[in-house]
Amino acid sequence: MSAILKRETRAYFDSLIGYIFLTAFFAGSGILFSVSSLQYGSTDMSGMYSGLFFMLLVLIPILTMRTLSEEKRQKTDQLLLTAPISLPALVMGKFFAAMIIYSIGVAMTLVYAIVVSFFGAVSWLTVLGNVVGLLLLGAAYIAVGMLISSLTENQVIAAIGGFACMVALYLIGSIASIIPVQWISRIFSELSFSARYSPFTYGVFDFSNVLFFISAAVIFLFLTVRVLERRRWS
Amino acid sequence: MIEVKHLVKSYGDKHAVADISFKANDGEILGFLGPNGAGKSTTMNILTGYLSSTSGEAYINGHDILEDPIAAKKEIGYLPEFPPLYLDMTVKEYLYFVYELRGCRLPRNTHLKEICELVKIDNVYDRRIGNLSKGYRQRVGLAQALVGNPNVLILDEPTVGLDPKQIIEIRTLIKKLGKNHTVILSSHILSEVQAVCDRIVVINQGKIVADDTADNLSRELTADHKLIARIDGPKDEVIKVVQTIPGVVSVVADLQRERGVWEYNIEAVEGTDIRRELNRRLMARNWYILGLRSSELSLEDIFLKLTMGESVTEFLAGKADDLAENYEEAENK
Repeated sequence: MSAILKRETRAYFDSLIGYIFLTAFFAGSGILFSVSSLQYGSTDMSGMYSGLFFMLLVLIPILTMRTLSEEKRQKTDQLLLTAPISLPALVMGKFFAAMIIYSIGVAMTLVYAIVVSFFGAVSWLTVLGNVVGLLLLGAAYIAVGMLISSLTENQVIAAIGGFACMVALYLIGSIASIIPVQWISRIFSELSFSARYSPFTYGVFDFSNVLFFISAAVIFLFLTVRVLERRRWS
Repeated sequence: MIEVKHLVKSYGDKHAVADISFKANDGEILGFLGPNGAGKSTTMNILTGYLSSTSGEAYINGHDILEDPIAAKKEIGYLPEFPPLYLDMTVKEYLYFVYELRGCRLPRNTHLKEICELVKIDNVYDRRIGNLSKGYRQRVGLAQALVGNPNVLILDEPTVGLDPKQIIEIRTLIKKLGKNHTVILSSHILSEVQAVCDRIVVINQGKIVADDTADNLSRELTADHKLIARIDGPKDEVIKVVQTIPGVVSVVADLQRERGVWEYNIEAVEGTDIRRELNRRLMARNWYILGLRSSELSLEDIFLKLTMGESVTEFLAGKADDLAENYEEAENK
């Protein structure tokens, strides 16, 4: 797994994708930070963290679009799939590489908090809860993006498909409110990514939400492994 | 050692590989010969664990590729039809990656250096793979298969896209590797498998149509009693003299190859060897044999015959008729 992790992390910076992602992430979070905190002279950063939720819908697909689709297109998957490593190790290597790049972006929000701390008291626990929430949300989204990427050979389709899936996972909460059948509505609202994420931005650290995102990431990674597995049999 | 038992791979109704069984021993170079789409690459992909077979078993040094894939994959170096290269990496970075990926424990720098010298890519070691020519990429692909010194090498059309000099180099290299590895290589070029392989498996439409040594395969269809001789001497008299040799059935002058030198097709009764007698009689008249070969079928012919599914005799008869017609035409001219 470490070989894959190392190569993938490098590959983000050998290609432009790592730079594009981080630039966009820094710029977006910077704008959100100045609009929601600096403009109001507030040390409350929840505005930025909730805004980042929507940015991730666009940014994560950029991060994950290449992961598996490009391997298939370039036929380098033949090297990985015939190497003496297991499929889960392969998928996890790629997942953690994306997580490393993503974490570099998320770490930037801590810099904003440090900047603000010079001008007023910052609620560090809230910030920390937000960072954890953002990391977990990202992990789940990255897993979704990788699943989509494993289904196609085309990066663009992987990016658009990933974006569509993430929007769907976001909208699932809004759809829930208009479904007349109560138990379906309930399931939908429980599955809503935004409803699970927003408590973090209020400063509420609910363990069930932590578990929700971890489970989501695991499920989508598992499905990715199954897709790769199935390809051998088809 | 590779052992394959009743391997089947179907896509829906279509059998890409239909019940293939064979065995490749240690230190043997096995050639996989067949037209495009015969199932060569599919078989190789199954052997390396890239695809799963619909039914049947494949063992790599005793490890079942389905039951114990990691142990089996450790034994294999695989060069697929398209070398799996990351174009944005340098050769060095790429081989380091493969080294780690395969969990290789040999001393890294010396091991990779040896491989690079072996396949002659040490001069492009620090260049980006995307900037390398097709020949170099193919060799980097081969280098990748050699990392970790696996016992079994599976090479899918290793010389495709190379120039003649490189082809000869790679063939020599494969022969060298074949001494202490089990090598399976596929090709649709007959002269290649003939030149490199100890044993040839001819495969067509997912089935094995022949499995024998290269020599045996051609010997089976060789005709020692049919000779093609290039003789320096007056044509009509040569024919007369040769016809008097006991056992000779027919002599046909084919074409004038050089001034005064004709090529003759001589057929004798099956089982008789007339070469010595031929020499003696011509020498006595001071005519010279400039070239003499038995008109055995080339692998091309064998291949066509096998894949066409004709019986040997029918095929040979057809071939003889064709030849005879040609000669007649040539004579009439």
